[in-house]
Amino acid sequence: MRAPSILRTQAYRIVLVYVTVFAVSVTALIAFTYWNTKRALDEQTDQIIEAEITGLSEQYQQLGLRGLADVVISRSAHGGPGLYLLANRLKQPIVGNLDAWPSSMTLPGNFVEFDYQRRIENKLDTRRARGRVFVLAGGFYLLVAQDVYERYQTEKLFTTTLPWTVGLVLLLGLGGGALMSRNMLARLDSINRTSGEIMGGDLSRRVPIGEAHDEFDALAENLNAMLDRIERLMKGVREVTDSVAHDLRTPLNRLRNRLEATLRHLEPASAETAEIEAAVAETDSLITTFNALLLIAEADAGVTRGEMAPIDLAAIAADMAELYAPLAEEKGVNLEIAPSGATMIDGNRSLISQALANLVDNAIKYTPAGGKVTVTASGTPLGVELRVVDTGPGIPPVERARVVERFVRLEASRNSPGTGLGLSLVAAVARLHDAKLMLEDNAPGLRAIIRFPRQPLRPR
Amino acid sequence: MRILVVEDDLEAQRYLVNGLKEAGHVVDDAADGETGLTLALSRPYDVAVIDRMLPKMDGLKLVAEMREHSNATPVLFLSALSEVDDRVKGLKAGGDDYLTKPYAFVELLARIDALMRRRSPQTVKTRLQVGDLELDLLTRTAKRAGSAIDLQPREFRLLEYLMRHASQVVTRTMLLESVWEYHFDPQTNVIDVHISRLRAKIDKGFDTALLHTVRGAGYMIRARA
Repeated sequence: MRAPSILRTQAYRIVLVYVTVFAVSVTALIAFTYWNTKRALDEQTDQIIEAEITGLSEQYQQLGLRGLADVVISRSAHGGPGLYLLANRLKQPIVGNLDAWPSSMTLPGNFVEFDYQRRIENKLDTRRARGRVFVLAGGFYLLVAQDVYERYQTEKLFTTTLPWTVGLVLLLGLGGGALMSRNMLARLDSINRTSGEIMGGDLSRRVPIGEAHDEFDALAENLNAMLDRIERLMKGVREVTDSVAHDLRTPLNRLRNRLEATLRHLEPASAETAEIEAAVAETDSLITTFNALLLIAEADAGVTRGEMAPIDLAAIAADMAELYAPLAEEKGVNLEIAPSGATMIDGNRSLISQALANLVDNAIKYTPAGGKVTVTASGTPLGVELRVVDTGPGIPPVERARVVERFVRLEASRNSPGTGLGLSLVAAVARLHDAKLMLEDNAPGLRAIIRFPRQPLRPR
Repeated sequence: MRILVVEDDLEAQRYLVNGLKEAGHVVDDAADGETGLTLALSRPYDVAVIDRMLPKMDGLKLVAEMREHSNATPVLFLSALSEVDDRVKGLKAGGDDYLTKPYAFVELLARIDALMRRRSPQTVKTRLQVGDLELDLLTRTAKRAGSAIDLQPREFRLLEYLMRHASQVVTRTMLLESVWEYHFDPQTNVIDVHISRLRAKIDKGFDTALLHTVRGAGYMIRARA
């Protein structure tokens, strides 16, 4: 399995979606926990501040400003998290452990977070606090706050690490997903490869079954069961064609033997000799038709796939043009072979040669003297093509679908020799190769195209 | 020549044996694979004609057994099975030639002759000669009565095959199989046209024709008529 292609696979897409959903869930969960914890901690702080304000305002009512100042001074001296600042109307500090009135603290009533500076071991430290302003009767301001530096640090740590956490989750998820899909793809790939080999003709192959007893193994077992059945059916078809062939050829063989034996004992010039020779010729034409029918049946049943091998259509076309060149020349037909590009396919050389021979033979037969027959093998975006183009009378559009049927012969050619199976065989050979036989108008003439699929039948 | 015929269809066997005897061969016959193997291993034969499907021991198995016992007798398979895959199987099993039933007897005879010729010890020939026609296999040139004949590569191979089987009947199917490597029957007899072209090149303008048509069988190249 090549690395870039993994990104295009369904398995990887599933992993991608899964990881995204997972990452979003993780982020949401962390954010919710963070927000909830923060709120609980804030509430706790706020309650402490609230209690202190209540206490201090009572002190103020009972002891006045001086008494309050004393309490603030004593509490400030504790060095705990509690922060206090008593200020006048102009927010100028009177007493407390805050050096200045924080600028963000304006309106009384709300809890506000602010930064303040504190001297710890001779070092000025900026810290965070959360507090509330209380307006005393007489216009004095009392700020009561709690140092939340540690909570704030944790919070900051949280917000800075969150993207990293999410990133890590994504990375691990994608990496793990890639590994997982690679494993899944490897198993799918082995199933695909085996199916390809079977389609290429090796019916004895089976999909390997693992030891996990999982869905893939169940799929493999089902496929194998199906393949067993297909192999049995194919074997059945082969046995039937074999026995039909055997049972018809044996009496035909005896018939021909008898005729030939009789012929050997006759005077060469007698009337009987001519009769027997005619009978032999009839037998031979019977045999030709029978062989063609059997070959079509075999090609259609796919029983001849065993011989599939990489072949070059251009070489086959060149060979065929060479074989037919003298015949074309004798008829006064110009037989040409057009050069072409990449024309390798997986196929049965013998059957494709025979199919092409049938097309070339037909083209030469129906093209009048002075006409032209062109044989081309070419790689096109649509597939690899074999073309036989002639300038003969062509086939009327209404007849084109019909001529590939067995024993169909057009009126015009009824008196010329032939079995009426030539184009049927071409069509059957095309079907065997997952190719298409197309008969088109060459205006004038016929353009016969066998288009083989671009993808090789067997993955290589 | 001594020929072994292994054929279970007794009537076909009778015609085959009679035909071969009439053609001057000495023939032994067997009707099943086991008897065939015993005969093949006990006596020397020049050629064995073996049916593909036999009782007791299949034709393929029989030939495989013969080859196992280092018996190199040339084997011609006769088969009534469908041909496309079967020919390959037959040749793989150790057969030297393959003929589908029903066959023309002349075809069988010509192939038996070719197989016998193949068997006779062959020194590596670099020249072939029939009458005053010479073929140099190294320079790929042909001469008749000293003057060069211009041949296309395929014409050269055609002539080479005919000359290697000089004085033997060579059928159209044999030519198509060995010179063009096709195992099917073209509808029109394209081979005849190739032969007449070759004939025009080697025989035209000479008093004695070398390339002869054997009526109902095929062609033969020979020095004297």
